[in-house]
Amino acid sequence: MEIILQLKGIHKSFGGLKTLTDVNMTVKKGEIHALIGPNGAGKTTLLNIISGIESLDKGTIFFKGQDISRFPPYKRAILGMGRTFQHVEVFGEMTVKENVMVGFYLRKNRGFVSYIFSLPEVKKEEKDIEKKSLEILDYIALSHKKDFLAKNLTIGEQRILEIGRALATTPELLLLDEPAAGLNIRETKTLGQLIRKIRDERGITVLVVEHDMELIMKISDIITVLNFGCVIAEGGPLEIQKNSEVIKAYLGEED
Amino acid sequence: MGKANLISLLFFALALFFFPITVKDSYIITISIFAGINALVALGLTILMGYAGQISLGQAGFYGVGAYVSAILSLYAGIPVVFSIAIAVLAASLLAVILAIPSLRLKGHYLAVATLGFGEIIHILLNEWGPGGPSGFGDIPTFSILGYQISSTNDYFYLTWLVVVIGMILSQNLINSMGGKTLKAIHDSETASLCIGINVSQIKIKVFILSAIFAAVAGGLYAHFVTFLSPSTFSLFYSILVVLMVVLGGMRSLWGAIVGALIITFLPEVLRGFKEYDVLVYGVILTLSLLFLRKGIVPIVCDMVKKWR
Ligand SMILES: Nc1ncnc2c1ncn2[C@@H]1O[C@H](COP(=O)(O)OP(=O)(O)O)[C@@H](O)[C@H]1O
Ligand SMILES: [Mg+2]
Repeated sequence: MEIILQLKGIHKSFGGLKTLTDVNMTVKKGEIHALIGPNGAGKTTLLNIISGIESLDKGTIFFKGQDISRFPPYKRAILGMGRTFQHVEVFGEMTVKENVMVGFYLRKNRGFVSYIFSLPEVKKEEKDIEKKSLEILDYIALSHKKDFLAKNLTIGEQRILEIGRALATTPELLLLDEPAAGLNIRETKTLGQLIRKIRDERGITVLVVEHDMELIMKISDIITVLNFGCVIAEGGPLEIQKNSEVIKAYLGEED
Repeated sequence: MGKANLISLLFFALALFFFPITVKDSYIITISIFAGINALVALGLTILMGYAGQISLGQAGFYGVGAYVSAILSLYAGIPVVFSIAIAVLAASLLAVILAIPSLRLKGHYLAVATLGFGEIIHILLNEWGPGGPSGFGDIPTFSILGYQISSTNDYFYLTWLVVVIGMILSQNLINSMGGKTLKAIHDSETASLCIGINVSQIKIKVFILSAIFAAVAGGLYAHFVTFLSPSTFSLFYSILVVLMVVLGGMRSLWGAIVGALIITFLPEVLRGFKEYDVLVYGVILTLSLLFLRKGIVPIVCDMVKKWR
C-alpha cells in the first residue's frame, strides 16, 4: 500500500528534557492509524511536529513523498494535512457555520483586494462556500447548532466541529488528538462511526491519538505505541492487546 | 453587505449631508473635519487591533508621512494634490511593508514595539529634516478636484466625510467577506488558523499595510486642509489618542472607530469650560470610561438595544 506519511528519526527535547527519541513511523494511505501511550508519552508533541506547530530537533518528515520537515503549518495544510486539538481550538467568537466556512478559505482564497472591493465573484463564491459548509455540518450532524457561537457548544460538539472545520480544507491526512476526551458513551460511539465514515466515504487517512481503548480497538487498522518518547510496539489491535511491553507500560502508569 | 449595515450607512450619510447646513457654526464644522480625519486613522487601526489582534503605537508615523510627503510634493514639486496624496500613500505602504515583515514573522507583541520605535523615528526625522524643522512650514496648496477648488469649510467637510464613508464601506466589505472571517479566526486562535492553511503572518502584514494606508490618506487630508504642518502633530501622543479612540468606541466594531474619534476629538472642546483643569478632567473621563466600558461604547449600546427588543 502507498505510504502517505513517514517519520524518520524524529528527536525533540524541551529545555534538555527528551520528549521524543528517534521516532520512526509509517502511515499508509487509507488506514486508520492509532497512536497510543500513557500520559506524557509525547503523542501530542509528535502530532504538533507532524503538523508543524512545533519544530523538530532532528529527523525528517515525508508527506506524500515530499520532505516537509521545515514547512510552516499552513503549507502542510495546503498539501492536504488537517488536524484537531487535544485542547480544543475552535474559533469561539464565530458561529458554528462560520467555523466551517473559514476552513474553505484555503482552497478558495481570492485575495484581499477582491474582498475589499467586494467584487461580484466574491459574493457568488461566498454563497457557494456557505452551501458546502452546511453540507459538512449535515455530514457531522451539527446542522441544528449552525448559528450558535462555537464557544457555547459542549466540549464534545466542539471536538466534532473541529473535525468538520478540518474536512472543509479537503485533507488527505487527518490528525486527531484525543477526539473522545470529555465525550459520553453515546457521543463516543457516534464519533467512532464518523471517523470510519470519513475514511470509508472520503478516503481520508486518519492518524488518531486516543485513550479510549474500546474505541481504538474498534476503529483502527494499526496501532503504534509510544512510551517515554520511544516507539515500543506496533501492530494490529489484537497483537497490541497481547503485547507484554505494552501491558507493562500501561500497568506501570499508576492512576 | 447586510441590510442593517446598509441602512445605518444611509442614515449616516444623510446626517452628514445635513450637518453643515443645519449647524452653520464654522468652528464646529472645522472640528468635525478633524474628527473625520481622526476617524479614518482609527478605522484602519480598528481592523488591525480588533480583527487582526495586533497593536500599533506608530500610526502617527504613517499619518505624518502621508501629510509631509503629500505637502512637500505639491508645494515644492508642483504635483497636483490628489496625485501627491496617492504617492504619499504609496510611500507609507512601503514603510509598512519594511516594518511589518520582520516584526510580524515573530510571535508576540513585536509589532507594538517596532511601531513605537518607527513613530519616534519619523517624529525625529520631521524635526531634523522637515521643511522649517520643529517650527514647520505653511502655504501648502489646497485641494482641487477636476479644476474645482475645495476651499470652503463646508466643501472640505463633505470631502473628508465622503472619504470616511468610502473607507467605512470598504472596511465593511472586508470584514463581512471570507477575508474578514480569516481575520476573526486569527484573533480567536492563531494555531488553528495556521492548521487550516491560513498564512497568518502574511495576512497580518496585509492588514498592517491597510491600516497604514488609512492613516496616510488621513494625513494627506489634514495637510491640505490646515495648509500648515509642524512635527508636533505627529508625535507618540497622537498614536496613543488613536488607540484610545479605537478602544473607547469598541475594538470589534467599525462604527466604534467613528464614535471614538468623534468623542476624543470633541471632548477637549466641550471641556474648555473647565479652564486650567481641562486636561485633568479629560484624563479622568478617559480613565473611567476605559475602566467601565470595557467592550467599548458601540458594542455596549448594541447589546442594550438587543435586550430592549
Ligand atoms: N511546549 C512544551 N514545553 C515544555 N515541555 C513540554 C512542551 N510540550 C510538551 N512538553 C512535555 O513533553 C512531554 C510530552 O507531552 P505530550 O506530548 O503532551 O504528551 P501526551 O500527549 O502523550 O500526553 C510532557 O512531559 C510535557 O510536559
Ligand atoms: Mg496529549
